[in-house]
Amino acid sequence: MKAKDILGRRGEDLAAGYLELQGMRIVDRNWRCTEGEIDIVALDGDSLVVAEVKTRTSLYYGHPFEAVGVSKLARLHRLAAAWCRDHELRMPLRRVDVIAVVDDGVGDPVVEHLKGVG
Amino acid sequence: MGLGRAYSVALVGLNGYIVEVEADIGQTLPAFVILGLPDASLNEAKERIRSAAQNSGIPLSRRKITANLIPASLPKRGSGFDLAITMSVLRAANDIKSTERTVFISELGLDGRLRPVRGILPAVMAAVQAGYPDIVVAQANAAEAGLVPGARVRGYRTLARLAFDYGADPQELALDFEPEDEEPCDPEDAARPVPDMSDVSGQGDARRALEVAAAGAHHLLLTGPPGAGKTMLAERLPGLLPDLGDTEAMEVTAIHSLCSLPSASVQLVRRPPFENPHHSATSAAIIGGGSGLPRPGAASRAHRGVLFLDEAPEYERRVLDALRQPLESGELVIHRSAGTAAYPARFQLVLASNPCPCGKASGKGLDCTCTPMMRRRYVARMSGPLLDRVDIQLEVERVSLAEFGQSGGEEDTRTIAARVEAARNRQSERLLPFGMETNSQVPGRVLRGILRLPAPTTRILDHSLERGVLTARGYDRVLRLAWTLADLGERGSPDSNDIGQALALRQAATSAAA
Repeated sequence: MKAKDILGRRGEDLAAGYLELQGMRIVDRNWRCTEGEIDIVALDGDSLVVAEVKTRTSLYYGHPFEAVGVSKLARLHRLAAAWCRDHELRMPLRRVDVIAVVDDGVGDPVVEHLKGVG
Repeated sequence: MGLGRAYSVALVGLNGYIVEVEADIGQTLPAFVILGLPDASLNEAKERIRSAAQNSGIPLSRRKITANLIPASLPKRGSGFDLAITMSVLRAANDIKSTERTVFISELGLDGRLRPVRGILPAVMAAVQAGYPDIVVAQANAAEAGLVPGARVRGYRTLARLAFDYGADPQELALDFEPEDEEPCDPEDAARPVPDMSDVSGQGDARRALEVAAAGAHHLLLTGPPGAGKTMLAERLPGLLPDLGDTEAMEVTAIHSLCSLPSASVQLVRRPPFENPHHSATSAAIIGGGSGLPRPGAASRAHRGVLFLDEAPEYERRVLDALRQPLESGELVIHRSAGTAAYPARFQLVLASNPCPCGKASGKGLDCTCTPMMRRRYVARMSGPLLDRVDIQLEVERVSLAEFGQSGGEEDTRTIAARVEAARNRQSERLLPFGMETNSQVPGRVLRGILRLPAPTTRILDHSLERGVLTARGYDRVLRLAWTLADLGERGSPDSNDIGQALALRQAATSAAA
């Protein structure tokens, strides 16, 4: 595994732990289809949450949130629908969350969570 | 987190409107949106503001920032809103305390310095009038903004300093950043020596005509061969005019503030401006115009001063005729897609023209190679209605060797200007009850009514009218000139001698146009 993949993996683990702390139930991780990958699928009460996790070691190249653009958001919404089809589930309440993890490897990692974007 | 508010000013022509800037920070992905009809340069404010805030040590929030400029329907342009938007966003993020009713007008540099903007004087005037006397501008604009009575102006060099004064955390701020003052780059502001009348040798008639034109604010046409000194004379007219009063100086400075970037040594323009456009100028250049919101042209820059059109027949006819409206009303109203702008344009018009296309048809005109038809067409390019508004129409001859040889000893500008000022004072005293200042403004109704002269005095004039040499409008113009001549001669009212001289001052053109 490359360094960036290890970092990403660690960020996703941190994010998943964070979501569970918020009272969500993780139902799937790193689900793939032809259109792309979902980092985390979770249930928040009745809502299906598709979470994208962005991890950085510093803010030198911009904040993790800034890396999520309009096209990526649109793809996440399509992936959420695809996940439901694949699992033959009807989830009328769906949303996309973005989680930013900044981990400089020295202090405690900082996790920020935006709910229901796009 | 929440809502922030700050104020700025949008200029439409010379009229300013208070603009309220609201900023909101939303809990979603990072973005920066400016609402309220921003133009391209205002939309670029986002990038300037982000960098400036970052480099000042107070980075903007990493969320969605929405800045709304109210009223939304008013088109806004330019970079002067940078600072107000920044302050409202910082307030929304709770980085600074409330700015209350302070108005912010400045552009931001990427390094966080405050940069001067155009039109600061009319903007500050509008803010004070609207009841917002507390104003923050770039240090380079502070002197100009301070000219407005009643304004409490504060000048800053950097955003960090300003944020510090509004309670931002000094730990993070880049307070040791001190940009150097920019060099004044406006060549127009370097005191241009006004040419002196003593340089003009001979030309007794023309010198006299210039003095009369200056004293009564009469429009002037000089016709004569190349090299006779028409341009030389016209350039010396502003020197003869008296200093501008307080209100006039404010008007003139406001227009110049719109046209040029500020320089370090800003003061009120006290001397009448002189505008000398080239004859290839378009009507947009003379009248004002441009895409979007119209900008002032040469006619407005010559407000309260002299607009000199050299080689007047070479101008496009459309351009010359467009000057008739401001000559009448003293104002130019220009309509464009982005709005309507009204600029003052009460200028003294000086036209210079060759007598014919080849320029040699003066005196006996023996060298002239033009056909009579060419000559007539050339003079007719200046339309009748335009020339009708020009009180003094004078033929200027080449200086003879005799006059040229004994040059020296001619009166200098100061001596003549003193006489002009005395004459102006007499006029304004007499014309005060009518709400006018100079003889050139007096309508015929008053000239032939309250200010009527006794019949023996006007006998030559009545005679000319009877013979058809003079039109009714021409009659009034001679009367106006006669009053100015009387003012210069310190007489209470014109005598028959003044009338005779006045008649002579416009006789030349009558023969040229015939």
